[in-house]
Amino acid sequence: CIRFILIQNRAGKTRLAKWYMQFDDDEKQKLIEEVHAVVTVRDAKHTNFVEFRNFKIIYRRYAGLYFCICVDVTDNNLAYLEGIHNFVEVLNEYFHNVCELDLVFNFYKVYTVVDEMFLAGEIRETSQTKVLKQLLMLQSLE
Amino acid sequence: MPAVSKGDGMRGLAVFISDIRNCKSKEAEIKRINKELANIRSKFKGDKALDGYSKKKYVCKLLFIFLLGHDIDFGHMEAVNLLSSNKYTEKQIGYLFISVLVNSNSELIRLINNAIKNDLSSRNPTFMCLALHCIANVGSREMAEAFASEIPRILVAGDTMDSVKQSAALCLLRLYKTSPDLVLMGEWTSRVVHLLNDQHMGVVTAAISLITCLSQKNPDEFKTCVSLAVSRLSRIVSSASTDLQDYTYYFVPAPWLSCKLLRLLQCYPPPEDGAVKGRLVECLETILNKAQEPPKSKKVQHSNAKNAILFEAISLIIHYDSEPNLLVRACNQLGQFLQHRETNLRYLALESMCTLASSEFSHEAVKTHIETVINALKTERDVSVRQRAADLLYAMCDRSNAKQIVAEMLSYLETADYSIREEMVLKVAILAEKYAVDYSWYVDTILNLIRIAGDYVSEEVWYRVIQIVINRDDVQGYAAKTVFEALQAPACHENMVKVGGYILGEFGNLIAGDPRSSPLVQFNLLHSKFHLCSVPTRALLLSAYIKFINLFPETKATIQEVLRCDSQIRNSDVELQQRAVEYLKLSSIASTDVLATVLEEMPPFPERESSILAKLKKKKGPGAVSVTELEDSKREGGELNGGGDRGPDTASTPSPSADLLGIRSAAPVGAAPASAGSLLVDVFSEAGTTTTLPSSSLFWLLFVCKNNGVLFENQLLQIGIKSEYRQNLGRMYLFYGNKTSVQFASFTTTPQLNVQTKPVEPLVEGGAQIQQVLNIECLTDFSDAPLLNIKFRYGGALQNLTLKLPVTINKFFQPTEMTSSDFFQRWKQLSQPQQEAQKIFKANHSMDTEVLKAKLLGLGTALLDNVDPNPENYVCAGVIQTKGQQVGCLLRLEPNAQAQMYRLTLRCSKDSVSRRLCELLAEQF
Repeated sequence: CIRFILIQNRAGKTRLAKWYMQFDDDEKQKLIEEVHAVVTVRDAKHTNFVEFRNFKIIYRRYAGLYFCICVDVTDNNLAYLEGIHNFVEVLNEYFHNVCELDLVFNFYKVYTVVDEMFLAGEIRETSQTKVLKQLLMLQSLE
Repeated sequence: MPAVSKGDGMRGLAVFISDIRNCKSKEAEIKRINKELANIRSKFKGDKALDGYSKKKYVCKLLFIFLLGHDIDFGHMEAVNLLSSNKYTEKQIGYLFISVLVNSNSELIRLINNAIKNDLSSRNPTFMCLALHCIANVGSREMAEAFASEIPRILVAGDTMDSVKQSAALCLLRLYKTSPDLVLMGEWTSRVVHLLNDQHMGVVTAAISLITCLSQKNPDEFKTCVSLAVSRLSRIVSSASTDLQDYTYYFVPAPWLSCKLLRLLQCYPPPEDGAVKGRLVECLETILNKAQEPPKSKKVQHSNAKNAILFEAISLIIHYDSEPNLLVRACNQLGQFLQHRETNLRYLALESMCTLASSEFSHEAVKTHIETVINALKTERDVSVRQRAADLLYAMCDRSNAKQIVAEMLSYLETADYSIREEMVLKVAILAEKYAVDYSWYVDTILNLIRIAGDYVSEEVWYRVIQIVINRDDVQGYAAKTVFEALQAPACHENMVKVGGYILGEFGNLIAGDPRSSPLVQFNLLHSKFHLCSVPTRALLLSAYIKFINLFPETKATIQEVLRCDSQIRNSDVELQQRAVEYLKLSSIASTDVLATVLEEMPPFPERESSILAKLKKKKGPGAVSVTELEDSKREGGELNGGGDRGPDTASTPSPSADLLGIRSAAPVGAAPASAGSLLVDVFSEAGTTTTLPSSSLFWLLFVCKNNGVLFENQLLQIGIKSEYRQNLGRMYLFYGNKTSVQFASFTTTPQLNVQTKPVEPLVEGGAQIQQVLNIECLTDFSDAPLLNIKFRYGGALQNLTLKLPVTINKFFQPTEMTSSDFFQRWKQLSQPQQEAQKIFKANHSMDTEVLKAKLLGLGTALLDNVDPNPENYVCAGVIQTKGQQVGCLLRLEPNAQAQMYRLTLRCSKDSVSRRLCELLAEQF
């Protein structure tokens, strides 16, 4: 299952950190730095998977942003890799051509998107249509 | 679809975020934040009640500041207030703040739980989801206590909305993971399983994660899920690419759900019902067929989604390991991927093939890809792919291809990345040993290994080659010749000198007939390396020299001269000096016969699990390796050294309280006269009574951190103990001293364990002492100390006492030195809550640094300096060796001198060990 989800830019600024495991604040910071260090040195010829401590990181780069999911070593790499893409497509639709700034200014909405699609470290909903419908319904609420 | 405008709804927030982004320096940012914090504080404290909107805005700003990495110490109450708002946007911000800044403030927890409770019973699906997400995100014990019984009801109720069911299922999963004791499925089981039939695919997608987790823990109760999962899978797999509409992803029907279904099935053996099984096999075949069909889209998303299902299906096929046809097909499919242009696929194919290699049905099919895999090892750009290739070569190795694979791995080693060298070395060493048909090949391989990657050859590896050479007389001559040749190289690795020294010292005579390797030539060759070597190697060489004196009397004078020179006999290293002095003396005073006996050839080593295999397992971490190794050795039968007693790798059976059953008592050493004992004064001559000691005596506690001393003493008897431990073995000498002047009759001692003990001498004369030796082997970790029962007659009365033997789990520690970064990395790896045990307690003894250090060293761990940032703290590391397992343990002791308190934290790879060590140690300081 998912241990955490991170969105970071190339400079290492965190744009989203969602934790599904207990870590204290110092540890979270350390993990964020470590993930950044492992992921940014890799190029397009490398796999989208990196061993990471006792887990593995499945990541994909979109322009200047790295979307990283930390999962158990036995988890299905490709399912999570496409899980990332599915999530990105939803963000893109929801924010209409999402860019890094959308995630900064609407950070509290990004959490809602995450919770619709991933919960308790598991995939909750995969249908883009259903997720977007729900998000728009919430958007219309006061 | 309207896009969300930037920061809509909360202008103030957007302005603040812009301000922060415009800050030119860290200082400016901090200044701006402090200004904002002051502002928010004054608003919260102000007389005017804030409206919901402002409260939401300020709480959201606080959250933003927190996420930037600043501490937030107020605003919690306002966030909690937002929870009871009836506006979605306000509630959402409240819940988000709570989820991100979980705080175990008990006051607040009560309020939060109250708000959650209200929302759960609100019948408003949006509010219910918010509340469920909050529980799922926080997952605290308090929340489990409050809601674990409520959520299953919501999950299965007929009128619950689909989206709420999805959240409820995963919320329950989270609570089950954190507090399994509080989540009782009982009556709900069947209805939860039937969620697999739910019309809404999203509900199935969420519920199946819960069902999988529950099935892993209670397979029998949930086994009806198998047939439901198979029929659901079958419907998806056979549907056309557009049938599932919303759940079709790049022309692949429900890829994530398919993967989850296949994974659920991996919790169970193949279905027994023929029809269900037939249907499942059909699904798996369809999935394999689809992999051969032309892609419906050129997008990588399409092929990834399709292959995600394929790899999961292959995992299931491997898990069943019963369908030769499917296994071979899977292997062929992976074989195609080995040459795919996508690095991801090559990587995954190598990884998946590694497990296929361990199935007897597909092992041969995997082997056909050897050339491709070797090529991958040589040419892949990504080191992690090369690593997988090396793993696969290791897994596919058997007698037929061992020479080729070992040769390839050796040549790869010359250029291998530093990060994987040590593991490669271990693998080569293991394969060479396991598949050696002729031992000369084995010896050559290991010596090559030392030559190519000497720095990465651990002790285990070179110990092992020596053990094997000593145990196999057909290879000794060859080994001597080969090391002799290897040592000719002008610069050879120190490990080579060690092996060379040891082997020539034992078997140099086998090649001494050749004038090119005459005794003196051998000696001079070894000695030419001496000055370049470290102390332990020099010590080993000195032992080789004395062995030479025995093997070749003609070298005696030369060697004595070497030993006699100042650099040996006055060496500042005490070990070297002692060896030089003793060997010199031995060689000059002992007769040839005595010398021959003392310096006889080493006896064969006892056969046991190859220590290098154990090392590899340790490197890979518990549970991570060994499917392959175990399977392999099953198939191959006897390893080189007759393996045989491989310990239970995963000791899963709960062990009975006394686990140390291996006390094999050695013969007693008879009554030795006690040294004129001031202790042995007869002060007691009353007609005896029966004494039974309370099993926890204070004496016993003292032995946790030391090995020798007095275990027990009363007016009649004193029991002293000397003990020594090495790895998982221990030897304990018990000295029973009769303090009276009267004889003890019928003296018996019985360790309360399932062992045969030879009786001690039945009579103990007045003032005399007798000795008993116990050999101890630690089979698995344990918490109760073994008992020793002692009975004897003194002046006609029967004396009976039962003592706890001071054998505690820490005796089997091997100290582990590590750097600060290693320490903390491992510390974090052991982060599961049950792996940690912690106690805060009052100091009972002196808090003096030296005293503490002595105790911690006595504990058996390595005391690590410069690891903890706080110099007042102590950190230690060690590995507990039991027969079947090694348990890594990290310890941190934080003294607080002012409060006279300690905080002790233990993290071990096995939770029972953490707890036990914590209990033991808390009484030591």
